[in-house]
Amino acid sequence: MKGLIAVDVNKCLGCHSCELGCAVEHSQSKHLFSAILEKPLPQNRVIVEHCDDTNIPLQCRHCEDPPCAKVCPTQAISKPEVGEAVLIEDELCIGCKVCILVCPFGSISLSKDDKNIIKCDLCFERTSEGQVPACVSNCPTNALQFIPVEQFTKEKRREFMVDFLKSS
Amino acid sequence: MDKKVLSQKSIDSTCQSMIKKAEDEGIETIWDRLEKQQPQCGFGELGVCCKICMQGPCRIDPFKVGAQKGVCGANADTIVARNLVRAIAGGTAAHSGHAKHLAHILSKSAKGEFKDYPVKDPEKLKAVAARLGVDIEGKNNEELAREVARLALEEFSEKEGPNLWAATTVTKGRVDTFSKLGVVPGGIDSAISEIMHRTHYGVDADPVNLLLGGIKCSLADYAGCHMGTDLADILFGTPQPVVTEANMGVLKENAVNIALHGHNPALSDIIVQVAAEMQDEAKNMGASEGINLVGMCCTGNEVLMRHKIPPLTHSVSQELAIITGVIDAMVVDYQCVIPGLANLLDCYHTKLITTMPIAKISGAQHMELNEENARECAGDIIKTAIDSFGNRKPEKVNIPKEKNTAIAGFSTEAILGALGKVDSEDPLKPLIDNIVNGNILGVCLFAGCNNAKVPQDHNFVTMVKELAKNNVLILATGCGAGAFARYGLLTPEATLEYAGDGLKAVLTAVGEAAGLNGPLPMILHMGSCVDNSRAVDVAVAVANKLGVDLDKLPVVASAPEAMTEKAISIGTWAVSGGLPTHVGVIPPVLGSDLVAEVLTVKTKELVGGYFIVETDPLKACEKLLEAIKKRRQGLNI
Repeated sequence: MKGLIAVDVNKCLGCHSCELGCAVEHSQSKHLFSAILEKPLPQNRVIVEHCDDTNIPLQCRHCEDPPCAKVCPTQAISKPEVGEAVLIEDELCIGCKVCILVCPFGSISLSKDDKNIIKCDLCFERTSEGQVPACVSNCPTNALQFIPVEQFTKEKRREFMVDFLKSS
Repeated sequence: MDKKVLSQKSIDSTCQSMIKKAEDEGIETIWDRLEKQQPQCGFGELGVCCKICMQGPCRIDPFKVGAQKGVCGANADTIVARNLVRAIAGGTAAHSGHAKHLAHILSKSAKGEFKDYPVKDPEKLKAVAARLGVDIEGKNNEELAREVARLALEEFSEKEGPNLWAATTVTKGRVDTFSKLGVVPGGIDSAISEIMHRTHYGVDADPVNLLLGGIKCSLADYAGCHMGTDLADILFGTPQPVVTEANMGVLKENAVNIALHGHNPALSDIIVQVAAEMQDEAKNMGASEGINLVGMCCTGNEVLMRHKIPPLTHSVSQELAIITGVIDAMVVDYQCVIPGLANLLDCYHTKLITTMPIAKISGAQHMELNEENARECAGDIIKTAIDSFGNRKPEKVNIPKEKNTAIAGFSTEAILGALGKVDSEDPLKPLIDNIVNGNILGVCLFAGCNNAKVPQDHNFVTMVKELAKNNVLILATGCGAGAFARYGLLTPEATLEYAGDGLKAVLTAVGEAAGLNGPLPMILHMGSCVDNSRAVDVAVAVANKLGVDLDKLPVVASAPEAMTEKAISIGTWAVSGGLPTHVGVIPPVLGSDLVAEVLTVKTKELVGGYFIVETDPLKACEKLLEAIKKRRQGLNI
């Protein structure tokens, strides 16, 4: 299943449930009650940022020409195919942090023990089975959606038309 | 909806057929709403969300990356403990509100103001008065009732000494333990308000101190439960064994079906009395079988225990009663009456009648109980139900056939009475002898609710069969007891089919001696959720007889499908009473390692009892059996 994570900032209440869902998805047990007991603790890849009155869950945008992949000296970061996730191969990563510096969204970070680079992997295991990413399925208000780009742009055009007709 | 999906909602075939009917008719039920609530908030599930002050809501990141403290500086331990003890206060307020209601009725009854509530059981009145230290010599019923009611009402407000209902009904050892920990409650309302004070912004931040406060409040809850049982017995009679039928097959197409739902016998018992006199009115309106009263939840248990009113269904399946299309009125008092019932009124003719000033539901008809004229109120309500009979929608009618025999009514007095038939000098002897010789391995009290997150009754039924097979004597109350009734497990036949040889022999010997020509039912139904106090009375009598404290007895408790705050408060006093207490759903405490550790381990050192959290019913049985065996080893039996 290919798609992008679309965010409707008007619907985000800032509950951080996407962060919890993301961390649980990246745990060994994949279950909240046991994930909080794991060592090391799993970490979330999506972060809800807040500015003025707006909340926005931010995660890797999986750029088509990803600057992080370009600057990676060991080719640990790659994007195998157009429209797919940008992934990190942990064995190749030397922890130079250059990817963190160049990411325009601040969506790449360091694991808590400073040993690994972590970022959204678009829940490739889930999406390959036709499921939506964990942050999307954990959003109680549907502020996050996982949809094909074409569908997103179509909906966007509709919205624009409605607004345009209303104001004209 | 296929069979598998249905069985994940309820294992009761009558409920399954009504869930399917609801789906076919496009009607939303509790399970649909649970699904729409997914995903539920992980912070809430872990108990690490604090909404106490308006600087919040604050959440603690359980993965330790984000915030580890709330705005005020409270950490996960403080927040989880505060939330938990507030839930205990909620449960205490509910049980003791029920008891307070009865105390007011007894008080006015003794003054001659509430003529419809005479003392039904003068013996119980005397026994309770004597236990409370009242000089009963030469006093008549009214004087004793006035005195007991006065003492009862005094138990709610601020008082200097210990709460009488808590202090006079437990072992000396328990009193010593509670005194040492500083958790002896005074007034019940004071205990609740103390929790609200200490959990207010900037008061108690020490999680262990908060949990001790929770224990104190839970003991006030126990006092309220015990008072509820005592006063209900005084006013409406102490239950003795009754035989009836249970499950939706008890509904009658040609009768005015009135469901009595909620928790208090204050109105429901009167309705039972008045309905007997109004059968002809119903027949005149075309209901050839007259009035058919059925019970739901603990109001159902109250009228089952005293009047053998058939239990219909319980807890999460309450909406399904209306979906049968033949409930002409559902009369509710308070607690566990879900607002979702009102959503069904657009599609069904059922009159939903609220009766208590503190419990109204938008969309329902409110016919408030006026205790001064209780019989008249009951009569009006029954008339409304009779009028509603004519409005049935025939195309909506579908009564599931299944019903099972159920024997209930096992008050402490009834149990001792049955045991007394074996040994009239020393009624407890046969019970104790059989525990000592191992015929009875131990005792388990099943209590508590259903929970839409657990397939209805699955844990109850799985566990009870497994424990009975292992010769554990089973007591039950509340919706758990209701579940067992619906599956025919409150019968001698169940004893013969499921009980282990030792337990079977004991139940048969007692049953034969009591003149039943067969064994006692496999499970002794002791009543509503306040009636968990009856089980304590039995355990305390056994402990005193053996000269040991409750925390040494091979007695355990289980709320395998717990849901309400009341379940949390009862669970906490069961633990405080020294019992290993199983909970079959994950309570919202895992966000604090410390709180979880205190509840499951440290309480063992403090009070002897502890929580066992296990969602798998068979594994839970293993853990309870292990706890029972350990206790037996401790007693060298």
